[in-house]
Order: sequence, then C-alpha cells, then structure tokens
Amino acid sequence: MPFLNFLAGRIAKGLLVLLAIAILNFLLIRAAPGDPAMVMAGEAGAADAVFLEQLRQRFGLDKPFIEQLWLYLKGYLVLDLGFSYRQQQPVLGLIMARLPATLLLTGTAFVLSLGMGMVLGILAARRVGRLSDSAITLAALVFYATPLFWVALLAQIVFALKLGWVPNIGYETIGAGYTGFRRALDIGHHLILPALTLGLFFMALYARMMRASMLEVAGADFVKTARAKGLSEGLITRRHVARNALLPVVTLAGLQAGQLVGGAVLTETVFAWPGIGRLMFEALAQRDYALLLGVFFVSSAMVVALNLLTDIVYRAVDPRIEAAS
Amino acid sequence: MRFSPSCLGLAAALTAALTFTPAALAQTPKRGGTVHAVLQPEPPMLMQGLNQNGPTLMVGGNIYESLLRFDEKLNPKPSLAKSWEISADAKTYTFRLQENVKWHDGKAFSADDVVFTLDKFLREVHPRWRPVVNAQVEKIEKVDDLTVRLTLKQPFGPILLAMEVSSTPMVPRHLYEGTDYRANPANNTPIGTGPYKLKEWRKGSFIHLVRNEDYWIKDKPNLDEIYWQIIPDAAARAVAYETGKIDVLTGGSVDVYDVARLSKLPNTCVSTKGWEMFAPHAWISVNHRNPILANKSFRQGLMHAIDRETLKDVVFGGLGKIPTGPISSKTRFHDPKVTTFAFNLAKAKELIKASGYKGEPVKLLGLPYGEMWTRLGEAVKQSLADAGVNIVIESTDVAGWTARTGNFEFDLTFNFLYQFGDPATGVARSYVSTNIVKGNPFGNVGGYANPEVDRLFAQAAIAPSDQARQALYTDVQKLLAEELPVLWLLEMDFPTIHRCSVKNLVNTAIGVNDGFRDAWKD
Repeated sequence: MPFLNFLAGRIAKGLLVLLAIAILNFLLIRAAPGDPAMVMAGEAGAADAVFLEQLRQRFGLDKPFIEQLWLYLKGYLVLDLGFSYRQQQPVLGLIMARLPATLLLTGTAFVLSLGMGMVLGILAARRVGRLSDSAITLAALVFYATPLFWVALLAQIVFALKLGWVPNIGYETIGAGYTGFRRALDIGHHLILPALTLGLFFMALYARMMRASMLEVAGADFVKTARAKGLSEGLITRRHVARNALLPVVTLAGLQAGQLVGGAVLTETVFAWPGIGRLMFEALAQRDYALLLGVFFVSSAMVVALNLLTDIVYRAVDPRIEAAS
Repeated sequence: MRFSPSCLGLAAALTAALTFTPAALAQTPKRGGTVHAVLQPEPPMLMQGLNQNGPTLMVGGNIYESLLRFDEKLNPKPSLAKSWEISADAKTYTFRLQENVKWHDGKAFSADDVVFTLDKFLREVHPRWRPVVNAQVEKIEKVDDLTVRLTLKQPFGPILLAMEVSSTPMVPRHLYEGTDYRANPANNTPIGTGPYKLKEWRKGSFIHLVRNEDYWIKDKPNLDEIYWQIIPDAAARAVAYETGKIDVLTGGSVDVYDVARLSKLPNTCVSTKGWEMFAPHAWISVNHRNPILANKSFRQGLMHAIDRETLKDVVFGGLGKIPTGPISSKTRFHDPKVTTFAFNLAKAKELIKASGYKGEPVKLLGLPYGEMWTRLGEAVKQSLADAGVNIVIESTDVAGWTARTGNFEFDLTFNFLYQFGDPATGVARSYVSTNIVKGNPFGNVGGYANPEVDRLFAQAAIAPSDQARQALYTDVQKLLAEELPVLWLLEMDFPTIHRCSVKNLVNTAIGVNDGFRDAWKD
C-alpha cells in the first residue's frame, strides 16, 4: 500500500505544519503595535482608562500571555476557532458567512485563468515568432505587470460607468429582492468584472508558463519520433507536447488553488465583494485577534490540503513520479 | 440611471457656497421610497451605547434616540423629551417625555428607561458620558412615568448638549437591566425608539433598515427603506454614486479630491452642514517631553513656517477654515481676537534660530486615515524643511498610531478631534494637565502643562452664566494662542454629497447621525 503510506505520512506532516503555523500566527500578531481595545477607543474618538480596561478584560487580554496562547490552542484542538468580541459573534460563523462569495470569485477566476491561460499558451507556442504569438505574449506581460487594483478601477470606469454593461461593485443588486434563477443571474452579472480582473492576472502567468514549457518539450526526441511516425501536428500537440508541458502549470495551479479560500484582498476591496480577503484585512487593521487567527488557520489548512491534492494530481499526470517515490 | 434635467442647476450654486438648498425644505414631504447610503468602514455593532465608532453612530441614529436634538446653531429641540425646565440656580433639569413612545419590540418607553440609561447603563460603558455623570451629576430620578429630574452638583453649562443621541442614546431597560451589558445578545438585534428598525445586516455587504410603523411622530418617517451599503474603496464609492447605486455619500466617504468633480454631476447637492456639534479641529500634536519641542519660540517658528492657506487648498481640497486657536468658530465661546501666526518664512527662521535648534531630526508620525493625511505629512515636511527643520516622516497603521500616540511615542503627529459643542467637553481635554493619561490617544498626549490653563478651563466649565464662561474662555484662548501647545491646522469640513431628490437629509447639528427621520424622496 505505498499510496496509503504516502497519504498518511503527508497528513501527519500537514497537521504538524498547521500547529506550527497556529503558534507562529499567534506570536506574530501580538508583535504588531496596538491592541483591539486601543483600536476601538481610537474609532470612538474618546476613551478613558476604565473604557480600555473594560474592553481588555472582555477580550481576555488581561490574562497572562501564556494562558492566552494555551486557551487559543486548546480551542483549536476541538476546532473551536473562538469568539470575535468586536463583532459579538463566533469566528467560525463569520468565516462561513463569507466563504461562498469568496469561493465563487476565486473559483471562477481560477477556472477562467487556468483554461484561458493554457489555451493561449498552446496557441502562442504553435505560432511561435509570428504576430499572434507576440500579441499573446505582450498582452500577458501587460496584465501580469499592471497593478491589480488599478486594472480593477479602470475596468469599473470603462465597463460600469462609461459603457454601463455591468455593475461596478457588490455581490448582487441590493434591495431588488431577486430569488432563484433570477438571483443567480444577478450574482453572475456582478461576478463578471471582479472574476475577469482577478483571472487576467493569473491567466497571464499560465499563458507564459505554458508557452515556455511547450517550446521546451517541442524540441524533445519523442516529439521528433512522433512526427517521423507521420502523426498530424494537432495530435502531436495535444497528446505529446501539451500533456508533457502541463507539469509546471499544475504546480502553479496548485499554488493558486491554495489561495482560493484566503480570498483576494485587493479584488474584494475594490469591488466591495463580501469575501474572506476583506474580512481578514479588516480584522488585521482592527487587531481582532480571534477573527484574524481564525481566517489564517482556515486558509493555511486549505493550502496544506491543496498541496496534498496537487501531489496526488502529479501522480495522475505523470506516472513517473509515483515510480520514483 | 438617468437624471431629470430640471436638477442641473447645482454647478453654479456650488462655487458660491457648499450648502443645503433651502428651497427643499419648503416642499411638502412625500411618503415612500428607498435611499441607498454609503457606509465605511463596516461598524462592529449598531448598539451605539456600547460603541461610538463613526459608522455605528450614522446607522444607530436611525434606530436610537435621545432626549433632545440640536439645530445647526446648537439650540436644543425636542426629541424624546417634549419639553424641559431649568431651575433658577441652573442645577436642576426637569425633562417631560413624549407620550405613547414604544420600543421597537412593542414595550412602552418611560422615565424608567431614561433613568436606567443615564444612571446605570451609560455610566458604566460610555467613555464620554461616564466622566460627565460622575463629576457633575448629583442624582437622576424618576418623578413620574413621563418626567425625569436630573440634579447637578454644580452648574455645568454643557449638560444639555450631552442629551443628543451620539452621547446618550436611550436604551431599553427591560432588555438590559441586570445583564452583562457588553455580552447581551440584544446587542446584535438593536431595539430603540427611533424612526427605523433593523431588518437585516448582511456582513460585508449592507445594513437594511425599514420604516418603524409605530413611530411616535404621526406620519413619520417618510422613507420606507434605507440601505447602508458597505464599500471599502473610496474610488469605487465615487463610481457607485456616479452609476446610481448610491444616493448619499456621507461626509468623508470620498477623497476630498473627488468632491469638486462629483459636485458638478447632475441632480447632485452638497452640504457641509450637520457637523456643527462635532466641529472637527485638525492640528499637529507636539510632544513637549522633547526639549526642543517644549521651547515656545521653536513652536511659534514652526507655525510661521506652515502656509496653512495653501495646505487647505492643496491638501484639503479647499474645504474648511483656518482656526485661530483651540476653540472652533463653529461652536460656542469662540473668540477670534488672539495672536495669530501668518505664514512668514523669515520670521520662522528667526524664531527657530533663537530657540537654539541645531538641525536635529524631528519625527513626524503620519496619521493613517487615507491619502489626504499622507499628502499632508509630505506637505508639512516640505514647508518645515524650507525653515531649516529636519523632519523625518514615520508611518504606521491605525492600531499602531493609536498605541504610539496614546503612549506618547512621537515627536509630532496629526490628529483631529471633535469639540462636542462645548469647550468643556471637547476642547479642555487636549490641554489640561489632569488629562495627561497614558493609554488614551485623545487626552493631552503632548504633555503640555500650565496651571493657569488648568484653572481657566476648570472654572469655565462650572461658571454660572454664559457671560462668565465666555470671559474665562476668552482668556484661555488668548493664552493658548500665544503658547501653541499644539499647531492648529484646520477647522475641517466633511461635505455630504447626495442626489438633490433626497430632501431634508441634514437638518441638525449632528447631520446624518440624527437619522433620516425627516428625510424624504421626491
């Protein structure tokens, strides 16, 4: 059972990594200046010593540091992510409420970028040196190099404000009261801009990597053999070149997939998308320790899980990896 | 979205004055309609007795009410109190409450709620009411179901001003008495007496308020629904207004650089009113623990080196007014007849030289509240460099700024503070030596101490008449304007931008914080 052994080993390692991350997160966040009580006092524009003391007590910040760490880890062992005193709600509930919006955005962008990136990369590689190759490469470079928030704002001004094709922000039309299919359509309409903006960046990465990888494989001996056998160019590209060129793209996709749950802070912020990236960013600014640690934990758990999944996919894409291990 | 061409007249009117169109008040309000307003950042809760975050107050003012409201001249107007009497010795205040007021859960509102709120709930949790009630109030008692009497230890001029909703929101006794206030589940389902009720709060997206059908003023409120939309990015907020998603951009919700452009859009009205109670006053806090900054001549030199008119135009988008001293000209007891420090580089250099300054670096901690403050830091650094002062800019985030300012770890930093309608509550706190308290970023963080200033502020707070108070406040303004414990930069304006079809939106001294009770949509 080499596969099961591999799996068990990886899961054990993953859990250790998660524990280390949880402790590290806790220490890191306490190293930042200020605390949630100070932030709330700052927002209120007024404070006295009693106010700060009451809040610190409420947040459990008056307890010794080690005790706070112990309470936190003890909770995580039974998957209790704690309570956000700032928002007066359990952390898990706050995260779960944001998860669908985030998965919809990052998932759509993921599929979009991976699919389009691979197709564009293959097209560019097949037409290497020609005008269409240059166009694809140049476009990929531009999307890769341009700051995401700027593309996002520009897209809003052009497609929402000037052309009026899509809404500029939000998850759905607020106050419209749509249900069922009509609502899905409405959310889809709102999804277009953010998903495209986020997707374009990753698409550029995939396209460039796929193209480079294709060109490298195209010179290999087995491709010459295939050509000598008299196979058509299309078949050679699909079955021999593209499949072998896929490995680095899978690696990259695995990395991006790990970030699916972490959300996309910039995109969510600029498009007012109610996702986890914003939740995390705001929790950081407000020093909402419990919530921030919760988001960190859930997203790092996702990274660990998806890394494992990527390794399994590797074995399917390239059987040589299993043979070697 | 298309706008009716009849509303195009704004552009011309705007340059004249950024004010509310009075014609709107004359029309008969219409019933019905939905208003979309912008809200940022998302508040932690709406229970505004427990949380005084700006956005909390903006939404909460629709749900909660207090005894009084204040007009733009800071005169008291009835709210939950229909009338009030002040005894001849100015120590007893008797409030008669409105009849037939109900909480959102149907229970009757009465004097018991008022006593509970002022004497128990807010005394324990409210950082602004607690010091007032502890220092000034002898007792708060119920006379009958609809009468409350508040007895002071000594006359205290600003006591009435505290009876507005951002300082003393009335909370339901039947839900809070005997509970742990901060952990009460009712905090997530706020129950007030206000014109709107909370229907739904979808975190990260919007807060939905609906008309309170049992509101105690007949036929009010006018609107059916309010959506507060949470949009984190300032530029996206501007675009959302332009595309018609948003009807109201509350004060400070778009960059000042966008205000002029948005103001010229069709069907757009701009108002700088509704901030008279708060009268935000911006300045450079100076840490007097640093010997060179403790030198008066050096501080006066700094003031002469800063061209505040240009700063106002370049950094603050031309909005606001140059202050003469610690008290805003928007509130009471302001006296402009004081020493002023106009831009004069030669004089600045002379004073700085006389102070014995040798070019040592002076650190300027930026205020992390957005682009405007970043630019202000750069502009001030440049101005002071011209006078030979070596400024080093430091940056941090909001939590870091609050911690460092509260712990006095800065040389210079920016701040802007609300004045709360009266120098005793909003101004004295930044200058009196009794308020040098570590951990409080809104105390006297610079550590300025002057017994004469302490005495004047203390006497003025409890002086028996307005004339007596004015004399003392005039003295303290003269003294502080000379001493420059902080460097005053601007009386800030936060314009509210809205569709002209949304009428009567701002009509009190706290503007949208008093809720959309009287607003209506054409």
